[in-house]
Amino acid sequence: MSAATIVNLPDQKTAVIPKKNYINAEDGILSWLFTADHKRIAILYLISITFFFLVGGTFAGLIRLELLTPQPDLVASDTYNKLFTMHGIVMIFLFLVPSIPATLGNFLIPIMIGTRDLAFPKINLLSWYLYMFGAIFLSAAIVLGGVDTGWTFTTPLSTHYLNTHVVTAGLGVFIVGFSSIFTGLNFIVTIHRMRAPGMTWFRLPLFVWSNYAASVLMVLGTPVLAITLVLVVLERTIGIGVFDPTKGGDPLLFQHLFWFYSHPAVYIMILPGFGVISEVMSTFSRKRVFGYSAVAFSSVAIALFGFFVWAHHMFIMGVSNYSALVFSLLTMLVAVPSAIKVFNWSFTMQKGSITFETPMLYALAFIGLFTIGGLTGVFLGSLGMDIHLTETYFIVAHFHYVMVGGMLMAFLAGLHFWWPKLTGRMYPESISQLSAVTSFIGFNLTFMPQFMLGYLGMPRRYHSYPPEFQVLNVLSTAGATVLGFGFLMPVLYLLWSLKYGKIAGNNPWQATGLEWQIQSPPLTENFIEMPVMDHEAYDYEWLAHKTEQEVTTVG
Amino acid sequence: MSSQYHDPANVTNPEHSEHHIIGPGTYILVYVSLLILTGLTVAAAFVDLGILNPVLAVGIACVKGTVVILFFMHVFYQSKLIKLTVTAGFFTFLVLITMTLSDYMSRAWGLW
Amino acid sequence: MDNAIVATHDTHVEEHHVELPQLRHHFETEEQQREAGTFGMWLFLLTEIMFFGGLFFAYLLYRNWYNPAFVAASNQLSIPLGTVNTAVLISSGFFMALGVWAAEVRKKSLLVLFLILTNIAGLAFLGVKAVEYKEKWDKHHIPGAHFDITEFVNPPLNPKTGKPVEEPLSPDMAQKTQLFFVLYFAMTGMHALHMVIGIVLLFWLTYRANRGEFTEGYVAPIENFGLYWHFVDIVWIFLFPLLYLINRHPGT
Repeated sequence: MSAATIVNLPDQKTAVIPKKNYINAEDGILSWLFTADHKRIAILYLISITFFFLVGGTFAGLIRLELLTPQPDLVASDTYNKLFTMHGIVMIFLFLVPSIPATLGNFLIPIMIGTRDLAFPKINLLSWYLYMFGAIFLSAAIVLGGVDTGWTFTTPLSTHYLNTHVVTAGLGVFIVGFSSIFTGLNFIVTIHRMRAPGMTWFRLPLFVWSNYAASVLMVLGTPVLAITLVLVVLERTIGIGVFDPTKGGDPLLFQHLFWFYSHPAVYIMILPGFGVISEVMSTFSRKRVFGYSAVAFSSVAIALFGFFVWAHHMFIMGVSNYSALVFSLLTMLVAVPSAIKVFNWSFTMQKGSITFETPMLYALAFIGLFTIGGLTGVFLGSLGMDIHLTETYFIVAHFHYVMVGGMLMAFLAGLHFWWPKLTGRMYPESISQLSAVTSFIGFNLTFMPQFMLGYLGMPRRYHSYPPEFQVLNVLSTAGATVLGFGFLMPVLYLLWSLKYGKIAGNNPWQATGLEWQIQSPPLTENFIEMPVMDHEAYDYEWLAHKTEQEVTTVG
Repeated sequence: MSSQYHDPANVTNPEHSEHHIIGPGTYILVYVSLLILTGLTVAAAFVDLGILNPVLAVGIACVKGTVVILFFMHVFYQSKLIKLTVTAGFFTFLVLITMTLSDYMSRAWGLW
Repeated sequence: MDNAIVATHDTHVEEHHVELPQLRHHFETEEQQREAGTFGMWLFLLTEIMFFGGLFFAYLLYRNWYNPAFVAASNQLSIPLGTVNTAVLISSGFFMALGVWAAEVRKKSLLVLFLILTNIAGLAFLGVKAVEYKEKWDKHHIPGAHFDITEFVNPPLNPKTGKPVEEPLSPDMAQKTQLFFVLYFAMTGMHALHMVIGIVLLFWLTYRANRGEFTEGYVAPIENFGLYWHFVDIVWIFLFPLLYLINRHPGT
């Protein structure tokens, strides 16, 4: 197994990084801060989200450390509230939402569709500045003493009963929201308007399709979050009463408006991950993605259904039984397109020549973990089970299986897969395989016990618990430690590889996408001459034919 | 599918339409009709039509909004893509309204 | 660069006209750039629809829950001022549409004239709005500590008939008029904020139009600003009947 590999590197003695590329096109920090190049902006995003991922991860570590013992001994109860709140806010708004779209999407979408840049390069830069500006607000909220509403800003808790920095955090999320709106807007326009000749919709790589679907959700969902947060901030500062029952307002209205964005938001987070998995599955199975159009349309279907299911977050909040029934049914429907994807990826592997490089390991981890996460979502979508399991560790485990086991694994798969393209150098293979396996084991050890804890009735968001839950909690904390190493290793060896990694050449994976046919790292203008697409996506025969021709030409 | 020749502006696409210049004549017509409809909606508010009062008010507003979108904002002459985009926006808005309303209405049957 | 993927393509699209200096390097034709701009603007307007959407739903909910309070509070707004303002804003939109036409037919002085007219009408709208806000302040209808419900609990008597001009509300329901004014200020305030942003942009565009930037074939900024300005009109077209004309036929 380990001998079989598709990696095809140039001769390391003679190979060099191309003299002209987007990294050394201009020098100086200002040339990065004022760049309009989508690739450089992607790198800016990559650095910032990695930083905030480590911040959010630190909060998670402290949470798990506190839960090692049943007694509250590490932190006070309100500090614990702040820890899980800041973990949620940082991870969701500063890491998960922008993670794949703003980094890999930003870097790859223009190249994949064969154009020189996104449609609005300056708005792309603006979106990074908005992200940083919002992140400064959120960091200020953390440094000044934190916020403890939970990431959901639940009213009236957030508007009346807390003395923490709700307004600062709310404004931060508001601003970061606009950054994601602008990213989504840019992607939609680019994908509609800038495709290379011959690049029809059904020749687009599936990564582009899934980012397109996520962008639609960003553009249509995020403004509702924005107005909701504006109302929360106004309610808190001048007491307008829209969510205040004593003045005739309705706290449930807040829940409706908040989840109208925040449910589609989980699809904003996971859909780009689906795209990465499609690319990786195809490349390392040497086969076209099985059921290309089914996978493409299921992304769109998930985006569409995503707007019809939000009230399943509110089953225990007093929504009407009738509408809960409808929302429950619609929730089940989302499982259909998700299952279509999982089945199609599995069939992509069938009779393929599978190799197990790191991106593939992460992708396989994704499929298993996402399936568990998705199926437990169906449990939670059914009304009776939801009453029992919501607000317990079961739901914590469920969304971590989707968000960490799904999204983060997909992000790491994509990062390793396109690292040679981003930097021109390979990551070290064996240690990264080790880290993929480590994080898979660590992840399951962390969150599988939480399913059991939740089923047994341990509520979420408490820093102390009955002693009989301690064994499972210790397992979970041990797993979190392993997981922490699993996530720290890539940070270190990827940094190492920037200088010492093997030179990758144009197409180390022998993959078919347009991005692999240009030099790595790419030129600022991506293509010397505009490409013309004359074959389907994932056409390995075309690639073999092309390679053959090159060999004969050179020979 | 037009795949083999160069088509940077997607000229053969349903996403494309010729640039159309609307003259002042159309604008004046639209302007006058908007003013008339404004008068109409104010007048209608003073007549007791029961449940039809708000329906008529919103109906007239929808007509006015549609006219502005179609002519002042040129959507009538735009590509299918733009038309679809505008429709999608209002569709999502309606999803927000109706799905949320379905909860509030079914919580208090008969009171709405 | 690999040859198989780079085919030479016919360049007849670019042949026949001089390229505008505003054509950005990553677009191949002006047509592509113009359509991308329009499409981007429309997507931005979609976000605006959803942004106002949350407020519209809050309005819908509370109007149904507290209908008597909403009727009484709405009747405190001035119909003449509201109607005039609607007409003023529609005129502003009309001038903007003519401005787009003037830019397209490349008439510089007409374009500048129409932009100035648009701006004057926009400023007039904000002026009337300020008068209305001032009236709310004087009548203690600003939500908050100084909000006064006596007028809704004990409406003044009509000197001719000796009956109250409005249906008196119970103190509890009268409190809910505050919610109407909250939504009134939130919605018209958010609308006015968009107007202010638009007016600032208009000054800038007028300055640039006067230098002849938009009458040489490059009209995208004028067109896209027009879309924004008309969208702000549309919001008002809905706000006017919803806020001012809830129930203007007392006695029923």
